[in-house]
Amino acid sequence: MPTVAPLDLDGHCITATFINDIPHFALADGVVHRLDHGHKWAEIHDGLLSTAIDAAAGIIVSGGEDGRIQATDSAGKTTTVATVERKWITSVAIGPRGLIGWATGKTAGARLGDGQIRSFQHERSIEGLAFAPKGARIAAARYNGVSMFWVAAEGQPVDLEWKGAHTDVTFSPDGKYVVTAMQENALHGWRLTDSRHMRMTGYPAKIKSTSWSAKGKWLASSGAPAAIVWPFHGKDGPMGKSPLELGTRGDQSVTAVACHPTDDVVAIGYTDGMVMASRFSDQKEVLLRRSGEGPVTSLDWDKAGKRICFGSEAGDCGVVDISA
Amino acid sequence: MNDMETQIPVTVLTGYLGSGKTTLLNRILSEGHGKRYAVIVNEFGEIGIDNELIVESDEEIYEMNNGCVCCTVRGDLIRVVEGLMRRPGRFDAIIVETTGLADPAPVAQTFFMDDDVRAKTRLDAVVALVDAKHLPLRLQDSREAEDQLAFADVVLLNKTDLVDDAELQALEQTIRTINPSARIHRTERAGINLDAVLDRGAFDLSRALENDPHFLGHEHPDHACGPDCDHDHHDHHHHHNHAAPIHDTKVQSISLRAGALDPKKFFPWIQKTTQIDGPNILRLKGIIAFDGDTDRYVVQGIHMIIEGDHQRAWRDDEARESRIVFIGRDLDREKLERTFLACTA
Repeated sequence: MPTVAPLDLDGHCITATFINDIPHFALADGVVHRLDHGHKWAEIHDGLLSTAIDAAAGIIVSGGEDGRIQATDSAGKTTTVATVERKWITSVAIGPRGLIGWATGKTAGARLGDGQIRSFQHERSIEGLAFAPKGARIAAARYNGVSMFWVAAEGQPVDLEWKGAHTDVTFSPDGKYVVTAMQENALHGWRLTDSRHMRMTGYPAKIKSTSWSAKGKWLASSGAPAAIVWPFHGKDGPMGKSPLELGTRGDQSVTAVACHPTDDVVAIGYTDGMVMASRFSDQKEVLLRRSGEGPVTSLDWDKAGKRICFGSEAGDCGVVDISA
Repeated sequence: MNDMETQIPVTVLTGYLGSGKTTLLNRILSEGHGKRYAVIVNEFGEIGIDNELIVESDEEIYEMNNGCVCCTVRGDLIRVVEGLMRRPGRFDAIIVETTGLADPAPVAQTFFMDDDVRAKTRLDAVVALVDAKHLPLRLQDSREAEDQLAFADVVLLNKTDLVDDAELQALEQTIRTINPSARIHRTERAGINLDAVLDRGAFDLSRALENDPHFLGHEHPDHACGPDCDHDHHDHHHHHNHAAPIHDTKVQSISLRAGALDPKKFFPWIQKTTQIDGPNILRLKGIIAFDGDTDRYVVQGIHMIIEGDHQRAWRDDEARESRIVFIGRDLDREKLERTFLACTA
């Protein structure tokens, strides 16, 4: 039986994540809480807007209303990566070899591994950021598509065009696909070898959470009464295929998803605060947490895939242990 | 979803550079009214008040991918409002200041078209500031000045000390011609009781038009007066100075009246009309009497977005008639009138 250890916090949880297997909860008020032999916390922003997790380096990178980009380790030690005066840092990204990216308005910035800071401009606002898996390029989601800038080299960005407002972006772990979330309740993908389009539509709500499964074989997403899981293991990705619909509920929507680190299983959070896990192969479901105070905003698995941390809009967070 | 108790009201301030927007903002932020405001501005500019909840945001207009050219939203507002609403309790209301050249429609539509924004906030009113001295010139050389007036629920005719009374009357006449349902206030240095600007409920169907007992109730089509006009409506003895309007622009308002309507005819008509003429309709507002229905039905719209609901029971002293006003460009008055009258029960 899964056991739930609740952590009731005061405020909207932006991100719940494990750093060095320690559960962390980053709240919109700028405080990052962690459960490390007791409840500890550190205030790292005056208003936190965005996060990216560098699991290898063991840090949370965050952007704030205070214009700061911060890197916080699992001991609560914070260093300031960069500051953009009087701007909101609406998205941040991490890449290999210590790459850190951020965006505010029409400008993106990146700190390279050697400490060099670069800046990239676009004529439209940059809504989402992601580094390619090898770190050569940084993709910026924007109105009518994605621009991919060379991180360390000069040269024109590569543009991927698709009409509409793109609000977030992710690369598949093998770097073959770029997928965006759109204002119009859809995902859109491009296969980078030939820029072929992949339309993933039919969602009743905006997609605020996506997660790649182990080895990038599937992409799970929120925005519907079920977790919508698209196959990316064939040579044509999800083109012409139907997605899996896991954990379907009649009266609630999925607000957060997180794929298991090794198995084809996804943890699913809902508008009423419930958390379930569902297996891709047989769609078997396990209830992890009953409904709570607010919609689930964020979910993450520990390295062994035995614990799940969750955060909510209302601040009722916690850790589920499924090892027993 | 639309819980009035928890939804944060949003006031949109429009107006050209120099119209007094910043003066009004500074007053709203500094006067001791006990309310706290988050302000979304295009540039920090001249705001002299130290308020940590002033957010600078680049105007970012997104056309929705639904084949409708007038379905536009402000992408930056979606992002900023979502961010603000994650930390509620810091402010009681939001004010959005637009640039002088801004089209107010995408700003207003953001609060109807984005589900997340709509769930947590409600558009309270669009307030337009105009500079009395320069309004005639602005109306001649820009489409936006007209749009801002057409869109407004409240118009502050500011800098009245720079023009004489006859000019002011002509300006009011012009504003009325563009927008007969806006409330006009004459001000100097944006000096206005803030109750006249904030918490108006202009987009709240239960309150809209309730502030305006004479909504389209004037009998004389050639006399442009509005909700703040205090003349006696039963005894038409006008003292207004009918100065020649300066208005040679394309925005017009079409006010229509009819008796009780048949809902089976009215709903298909309003849907078809807004679908076909949506790009040309800036605002529409109406009070509808349905045949055999004891409640008033109110309707309002921005371009193709329309909302309607039963508001309250008709009072005994109210004539059960249907009134609707369209404000827009290149509207076909004859066709609108003919098709509206065809909805009569």
